[in-house]
Parts: sequence; C-alpha cells; structure tokens
Amino acid sequence: MLLLLLGIIVLHVTVLVLFFVSTIVSQWLVNGEHTADLWQNCTSGSVFHCLTSSTNEWLQSVQAMMILSIIFSVLSLFLFFCQLFTLTKGGRFYITGVFQILAGLCVMSGAAIFTVRHTDWHQASENTSYGFAYILAWLAFPLALASGIIYVILRKRE
Amino acid sequence: MEEANEERSGCLLLLAGLLAVLGPSPTSSIHVYTQREVYGTVGSPVTLSCSFWSSEWISEDISITWHFQAEGTRDSTSIFHYAKGQPYIDDVGTFKERMEWVGNPRRKDGSIVIHNLDYTDNGTFTCDVKNPPDIVGKSSQVTLYVFEKVPTRYGVVLGSIIGGALLLVAVVVALVYLIRYCWLRRQVALQRRLSAMEKGKLQRSAKDASKRSRQAPVLYAMLDHSRGTKAASEKKPKGAPGDSRKDKK
Repeated sequence: MLLLLLGIIVLHVTVLVLFFVSTIVSQWLVNGEHTADLWQNCTSGSVFHCLTSSTNEWLQSVQAMMILSIIFSVLSLFLFFCQLFTLTKGGRFYITGVFQILAGLCVMSGAAIFTVRHTDWHQASENTSYGFAYILAWLAFPLALASGIIYVILRKRE
Repeated sequence: MEEANEERSGCLLLLAGLLAVLGPSPTSSIHVYTQREVYGTVGSPVTLSCSFWSSEWISEDISITWHFQAEGTRDSTSIFHYAKGQPYIDDVGTFKERMEWVGNPRRKDGSIVIHNLDYTDNGTFTCDVKNPPDIVGKSSQVTLYVFEKVPTRYGVVLGSIIGGALLLVAVVVALVYLIRYCWLRRQVALQRRLSAMEKGKLQRSAKDASKRSRQAPVLYAMLDHSRGTKAASEKKPKGAPGDSRKDKK
C-alpha cells in the first residue's frame, strides 16, 4: 500500500520535472550551432550569445500552454496531499486527477501548436532537427495522462 | 438701498484689487504636449493629439501650426495653420484632402486627424502653439510609424491565455462544489421531511376518513418518491462495503 503511494508520487514528480525541463531548457529546435526555443535563440560557436525570440502570437500561445501545464501539475500535487488527509474512506481523487489530465492536455496542445507553426518565426533549413526539450514535452504528455487517470481510478484506503 | 450700493462697490473694489495683484504676473512660457510616438496602420486614420498649457487667457490671436518632416529628409513643411479662429488645412501638398481639424483652442486642444495613411507619412510632426502675449515656449514633436499591421505588445496574448484558462478552471470548480453543496442540503431537507411525515401519519390515524382518503394518495406518492431517492443515494460507492476495489497488495 505504501509502495503504491510512493510509486504514484514518484510518477507525479517525474511528470513535473519533465514539464519544468522542457519549458525552461533552450533546445526545441536545433540547427548546427543555433538553438531556438520558446524564450530565446542562442548561437554557440566562437561567440556565445542569445537573443530573445520573436513576439509571434503562436509562440506566445505555446509559452502560455507550457506555463499552464506547470501550474496545473503543481496544483494537482498540492491537492493530492490535501485530499490524502481530508478525503473520506473509499473516496476518489477526482480533483487531483482532473488537474493532472488538464496539465497533460495543455502540454500536448502546446507541443502540437509548436510543431505546426514553428515556421512562422523560424526559417527552417535542411538540417534543423528537434531538440531534446521538444521530445521531453511529447514524452510528458502520455505520462501526465496516465498519472491523471490513475488518480481518478484510485480509491482512498486507510 | 444705499447700503446695498455701498456693499456692491466694496466688492468691486476688492475684486479689482485682487486682479491688480494677480493680473500682470511675470510671463511664463507656454507648454505644448504631444505623444512621443504614434503607430498607425496603412489605410486607416490616426489622431495626432496636441494639448497645451498657457498661463494667459486663450485670446482671439491664438495660433496653432503643424509642421511635417518626412523620414530621411531635413526640411519640414507646414501643413496646418490655425489663426484668428479659422483653421487652414493643407489643400495642395501631400496631405491634400486627408487632414481634418478636430481641435478646440478653448479647450486647449490642437489635435488633427490624418486619414488613409501611407508609408510616405512616416516622419516627425511638430505642433507649435502661440498664445499672445504668451509666445515663449518649446514646440513638441511626435513621430509617426506606419505599419502594415499594428504589432501587439509582447505578453498580451500570453497573459490573456493564462489568465483566461485559470479563471475558467476556477469558475468550473466553484460551480461543481456549489452544486454538490446544494444537492446535499436538499437531501438532508428531504430526510427531515420524510421523518416528520411519518410521525404525523401516526398521530393523525384517528381523524376524519374522507379527508384522509383525499390526502392519502399525495402523502404516499411523496413518501414513495423520497424513499426511492434515499435508496438511490445509498447505492453510491462512497463508504459502501463489498464494492469492487483495486487490490494491489
């Protein structure tokens, strides 16, 4: 029983860490020495300097979605601990699960919008590939969904 | 009557004295205020606002002029002049039939509107106001930028999406809790009514038969309905033993 609780918490924290890393790290699009991401475009090479990304509306919506997913996931963790101590025996962690599922949906829509619209603010050349932060975002989506569904199905025991 | 006259002349003297003290004050300069930068889109109108502050009363001889210096050039042309209560709008230059005077010197406003913007309107506009005898002062400049589409400030979309989503979630959660709270209260009220009715039924068993025969079906219908809902509520999984649970021991 304790093992189950620990496993669920570890999963939730993993999802949260994935959200943070994919939002903050500057590796969504990689092109040789240039990296472009949500917040800044950096060039490494002889000189390392960074410029802020464009103010395109689609880029802003992707940023908003990633931030929202972080907010929802943190809220969900907080509510889980609240419900752990206040829920009646046999009750379900509805709110926790709903917020976690919302966070997963947010990160999915953010990554999808980025995939479709990244040519608006970034000229794609041949060797532009997706960086690891982008992959982490897509990885976090099914994990968040699974975590949320587990919360909805789970019942509180003694 | 004579006392009233004396009072009135006394007041007039006082007023004249005050004016004598305040009237000829040292002439301060006239201040003209405009925006620093104005953004406009091609084809749409833009308002160039110019307001001023003068220590003197607004006289009939007030003059307001607007000059335009195109981007990249060094000479500025006069495009608007207001003098002796009459506005004179440019009718031969680049702003021919595009300018409109919307100012009001009495309200210390000297604004103009330029319609149907074009990229050649990029440049600096200077507003100059002279209100004799208050003529010393700096004019003010406003730079016009003409875009194809007005760029939104960074963060507007971001903030609105985040704020809107959080608000929506908060409202939905509050609604769900409210509905649950109301529903629970109705359940409690129904329970109370059911137990009261049962008690009443036992006490009224010795009363008139006809009355009871008319009222009885309604009472029984209510009892049946409330008993039905009570049974349905007992079937909910909360706290019910013997339900299927996830056993992962």
